[in-house]
Amino acid sequence: MALKHLRVAAVATAAMLALAGCSASGSSDSSGSTASDCAPSTGKVDLSFTTWVPGMDKVVDIWNKANPDIQVTVSTVPNGNSGTYQNFFTQLKAGNAPDLGQVEYDTLPAFRVQDGLANIASCDGVEAAKADFSDGLWNQVTFGEDNSVYAIPQDSGPMALYYRKDLFEKNNIPIPTTWDEYAAAAVQIKALGGQITNFPKGDVNWFAGLVSQAGGQWFSTADGSWDVNLTSDVSTKVASYWQGLLDKQLVSTIPGFTDQWNNAYDTGADWTWVSAVWGANTISSGAPSTTGDWAVAPMPQWDASKPTSGAWGGSSSVVFKGSKHPAEASKFLLWLNTSTEALTALNTEANLFPASSTGASLPALSEGVPFYGDQKIYELFSDQAKVISPFTWGPTMTQTYSDVSDGFAAAIGGSGTLQDALSSGQSKTIAALKAQSIPVK
Amino acid sequence: MAIMGAFTLYFLLPIFWLLVSSTKTLGNFNSTFSLWFTPTSITDMGNNLVNLFTYNEGVFPRWMLNSIVYATVAGGIGTILAAMCGYALSKYDFPGRELIFNTVLGGVLVPATALALPLFLIFSQVQLTNTFWAVFLPSLVSPFGVYLSRIYAASSVPDEIIEAARIDGSGEIRTFFTVAVRLMSPALVTIFLFQFVSIWNNFFLPLVMLRDQTLFPVTLGLYTWNSQVSQIPDIRTLVIVGALVSIVPLLVAFLSLQRFWRNGLGAGSLK
Repeated sequence: MALKHLRVAAVATAAMLALAGCSASGSSDSSGSTASDCAPSTGKVDLSFTTWVPGMDKVVDIWNKANPDIQVTVSTVPNGNSGTYQNFFTQLKAGNAPDLGQVEYDTLPAFRVQDGLANIASCDGVEAAKADFSDGLWNQVTFGEDNSVYAIPQDSGPMALYYRKDLFEKNNIPIPTTWDEYAAAAVQIKALGGQITNFPKGDVNWFAGLVSQAGGQWFSTADGSWDVNLTSDVSTKVASYWQGLLDKQLVSTIPGFTDQWNNAYDTGADWTWVSAVWGANTISSGAPSTTGDWAVAPMPQWDASKPTSGAWGGSSSVVFKGSKHPAEASKFLLWLNTSTEALTALNTEANLFPASSTGASLPALSEGVPFYGDQKIYELFSDQAKVISPFTWGPTMTQTYSDVSDGFAAAIGGSGTLQDALSSGQSKTIAALKAQSIPVK
Repeated sequence: MAIMGAFTLYFLLPIFWLLVSSTKTLGNFNSTFSLWFTPTSITDMGNNLVNLFTYNEGVFPRWMLNSIVYATVAGGIGTILAAMCGYALSKYDFPGRELIFNTVLGGVLVPATALALPLFLIFSQVQLTNTFWAVFLPSLVSPFGVYLSRIYAASSVPDEIIEAARIDGSGEIRTFFTVAVRLMSPALVTIFLFQFVSIWNNFFLPLVMLRDQTLFPVTLGLYTWNSQVSQIPDIRTLVIVGALVSIVPLLVAFLSLQRFWRNGLGAGSLK
């Protein structure tokens, strides 16, 4: 009960903050793509690091013991969209932001347009770290600008298909490898009284992952101005595919990550979930009575000859503008996100799936997982991570998510379609960019 | 009677759900009937409580302690300040009295959440963000308490008694603490309870001000945990048990102070 009140209060206050944020933000997409000097400081350096990765303090303890001259203090706070992003913006304004922070990929552009991130491209070892990451991920932290690096990728969320192996086998339904087969399987499953999956109206970032897998883009930048394209052909194709499943009532429409949703998987009402690597723990904790019945396969494809995957979630670590020690901060971030030592600890403490290719060789990630019938699911996810289609996020994703989500909810309620939701999201996003004086085509 | 019963049920059902859910393992939480206990409830509840108090080096008891300090100390001092202020506004005639009172009254209408951001910027100037004081100091003031004190002092502290005290040689401050406070005690208990509850439930101010987990009140701590559920699903049971434990001090405060409250009403009726 108490938590429910908290959530209501949080929503109300977030809305208020959004208003406050709008009126106060006058900055624009500054052109400053030249990397500032990154000279090391002399003497002992103290860095503050704000994150919501559980157990981060234990990981940082390893660093602090080995580096007496660069001491990092960790603050563990609620996750970004639960208030921490707003706090970061406020702290940047007040000039007391921490040296280091956690920012998810889809929110990096929002910090970039507010000029809140330090460019660490000229810091020791940062450019060289490019080799540790896939081009798609590296592009997320450079925004495609030359001589610019604004974050170091931490974890990533390659997507794949979780499915009830036992049910598919028992009923002789082949595991779908294309979206056409997926829709055909949905019909068969419906005839058996189940539903192939769930369409969550609130998880718009999940939907963005599907669009990116299909090769679509929602945003692009050219000459310092944004192009918003939620209604591209590819995006519309994905929307009408899911609208088709909704029309035939082949998918359930339960809000994601609720008890009811857990229950649908636990009782076998829903058979598959197209989700990211971190979803592995969500299912195993939410549907404990199905232990051993699940398996993971690559996402169904649009074009089977060119397999691709999408990404859902994932975070990077940033150095905030105003930090006096960017050199030491980036040194720490490179250790945190590319060293085997730190990535192993992050994986143990917080189940993080490392973004760095160094992390793909962690012993913990090559073991079979009992919940998935001892399948080595993380090896599959590592392979999927290599074929993620790059995706560019917009500078006002919180607003885009909520507007598209409203449209999705309406479509599920029977008024309008998912395509309508995208076109209203399109016009509202353009309006939001204009309201913040961000240049838009 | 039926309506009363329905309302009682409406208010108690969520608490009952919380109680039942906190006696379950994560597996049972998802798979068993959510409004009744399981055969292993007692041992599971014990395990949950042990996990709650030991998880992450015992950060939860620290949060509880923080909340108790914020709520009782700030609530107590805040009550005294409000009482002094309300008493002064009611018993002393001085220029600007109504203006001050009306300004305070206006403060009742401003939601505390709206003040959090300006407070953050002010506290940033004096480098007090992310400290104990960042939550403690703003919790001291209670415009509603001042309002209630003034109204109550006007009706329950007769001018004649103050006059008599003065004639007997008592100073103003002594009169306030020995005579007025006693007469005003029912109102003071009410103000304290209001303050206590609002500080205990205050969530947004600590969210904006604090990033050091050891300073968090229990509300913010549980919220932080709840936002980590997707990464570490086992935390879900801790959030539920923690929510149950976190309402215990509120229950204690209400049940123990209710007695004084009723006493006060009784005392007033003899006049």
